[in-house]
Amino acid sequence: MKTFKIGGIHPADNKLSAAVPFETVPLPAQVIIPLEQHIGAPTVAVVAKGDKVKAGQLIGEAQGPVSANIHSSVSGTVTKLDTVIDAWGYKRPAVYISVEGDEWMEGIDRSGILKEQCDLTPEEIIAKIKNAGIVGLGGACFPTHVKLVPPPSMTVDTLIVNAVECEPYLTHNHRLMLEKGREIMTGIEILKKALKVDKAVIGIEANKPDAIKYMEELAASHDGVSVQALKMKYPQGGEKQLIAACTGREVKSGAIPASVGVVVQNVATVFAVYEAVQLNKPLVEVAITISGPSVKHPGNYIIRIGTPLGDALAMAGGLPEDTGKIIGGGPMMGRAFMTTDVPATKRSAGLVLMPESLSKRRPVMNCIRCGKCVEACPMGLEPYLLAQLGAKQDWERSEKEKVTDCIECGSCMYTCPSNRPLLDYIRMGKAEVMGIIKARAKK
Amino acid sequence: MEIILFSLLVMGVTGLLSAVILYFVLQKFKVEEDPRIDQVEALLPGANCGGCGSAGCRNFAERCVKTEDMSDLLCPVGGSKTMQEIAAVLGRKAGEQKPKVAVVRCNGNCEARKKTNYYDGVRSCKIEHNLYIGETGCSFGCLGGGDCERACTFDAIHINPETGLPEVDEEKCTACGACVKACPKHIIELRYKGPKNRRIFVSCVNEEKGAVARKACSNACIGCSKCVKECAFDAITVKDNLAYIDFEKCRLCRKCVDACPTGAIHAINFPLAVKKATAEPKTGETPETVNKTETKQPTA
Repeated sequence: MKTFKIGGIHPADNKLSAAVPFETVPLPAQVIIPLEQHIGAPTVAVVAKGDKVKAGQLIGEAQGPVSANIHSSVSGTVTKLDTVIDAWGYKRPAVYISVEGDEWMEGIDRSGILKEQCDLTPEEIIAKIKNAGIVGLGGACFPTHVKLVPPPSMTVDTLIVNAVECEPYLTHNHRLMLEKGREIMTGIEILKKALKVDKAVIGIEANKPDAIKYMEELAASHDGVSVQALKMKYPQGGEKQLIAACTGREVKSGAIPASVGVVVQNVATVFAVYEAVQLNKPLVEVAITISGPSVKHPGNYIIRIGTPLGDALAMAGGLPEDTGKIIGGGPMMGRAFMTTDVPATKRSAGLVLMPESLSKRRPVMNCIRCGKCVEACPMGLEPYLLAQLGAKQDWERSEKEKVTDCIECGSCMYTCPSNRPLLDYIRMGKAEVMGIIKARAKK
Repeated sequence: MEIILFSLLVMGVTGLLSAVILYFVLQKFKVEEDPRIDQVEALLPGANCGGCGSAGCRNFAERCVKTEDMSDLLCPVGGSKTMQEIAAVLGRKAGEQKPKVAVVRCNGNCEARKKTNYYDGVRSCKIEHNLYIGETGCSFGCLGGGDCERACTFDAIHINPETGLPEVDEEKCTACGACVKACPKHIIELRYKGPKNRRIFVSCVNEEKGAVARKACSNACIGCSKCVKECAFDAITVKDNLAYIDFEKCRLCRKCVDACPTGAIHAINFPLAVKKATAEPKTGETPETVNKTETKQPTA
């Protein structure tokens, strides 16, 4: 089985909810839809207080080339345009909608019947994806339509579907493949057409044998689509790592995957593309996992955007009493939340609830120069050095040492025997250096 | 013997030739530098803190010598005295600048601002700020990570372990502005030191509505505008639910201090009893401050 060569670690995968089918979170009385749910320019609200909206109606219009539309996930009345406190305590502009019934916009196919035939041209497909506000659902939330139009100097020959789900605890991608496999295959065909490529590879880690088997069965009837089973290793779901694992190609520092002829899309994004293109359904609901060692019923949920994540947590048995840390997303790359009472967004991958005993950091000791972090870094960086430079605020040297290549996977910190807070410093350094580079570009 | 002589001869001649070449090269490429730059640099404190906006003291000295109008230039460490001396050397006039001091505009101590969560990452304000609002409900206030303390080259600002807030040592503070730049929450401001080191300021930067701000911190400014009404000199403005006292206009009458319902307005280094405000404390005595929470060392 293939995997990427440089670095990587092997955390216990703890896929507690892998066998639990999706449940739909019931509609709340009110949804709060933030207007910034992606990388790029925030959207501008196109509804006003008192407006009646239907599910699937545009409420936030994309601004500029890198931005994505935002649609109402419910039908009802706009009660106010205000701010909402996000999971980290900061205020974000948002649209508040009180839910009345569940009426959808005309033209959205809600029959649930698989629609495989697609006669649209690549341009029409990309326009539909753009209108539906689809973003990369692997975590970065980069607008998908931008990714589907690579720079003209680069020729793309392969589409890689990221179904690795290397984060411990998370299982919604796994479930999506098992439950919506045919839809995903159609989505892959659509994306192949949009990108004008013949080859598509679905990368799945070996801990999902049922998904590998099922997808292989389905792929047999699709030309050019293959399933690549991958040896378990974190962070295989990273774009560059997955490309290395599936094709052996190396994306150079600072370059995009298209430079080696590859476009990577997350499996959930592929499903969203299917819904947008075939069913005219914009991205208004996401799949999430609620899990953790002491969660009563770890499970997978389909949640409308704007619904409090706490509603899904209640279905999973509520907040465990011994919770020490609420993590949004997986435990490796996710960020701690202050509360579960935050609306689900396109960014949401789920909640992992860590008990007090597992969430505390261990005491920091001195660096013993063992070099384990260097071995573990999947980007071939020197984490101990970058952390030191960050602590010293030496941004010039940090830039030279390619701090901006860091994908913040946390492998270095996971492996450090001295429990040094490497990623804290590296992340700060990365943010600082990015700021400096941006300021320089403006000049 | 011959070998030694020969090598001495060769080395000697090569050395001599090189010396001659170097001498001419030096003459040819000599950098003409104004000798006054050295003189001015000698007068500067040599802290290289960057508070003047130049890259170090030498750079500032060059700027002083080059410019005709010195009124904009100020070495915050040396203050007006140093600028006068520099002006005397250069035969120019220095601008009159009032001394400034760093002021911490947050009074969310552990009692007033309860913790809502626990942060166990690296104790650095910058890192914490990038992650989330911090350990309390106030998204504007001090994080207590001590970035200001580490940025200070004069040992003038320290986190008080009891309150978790930084405190400025006004004797040592040179108003170089390093802490102002280091604070990701922008709570530190350079204000006039004031006559007898007395000054009044709003010790809060929370822009939330009154109720929200009060819920997060009992010492917060709630934007009630009572102080604005009290002020006879139009020195106070309320913007985004937050009062701000313009130190150019403030006449230190202290009416706003009494009017503030939350105690967010601080008066520093005033004698305790208001009636005896006119009677100055004798030198050597330490007058008690009106301010209860700030434990700055007042100067007599």
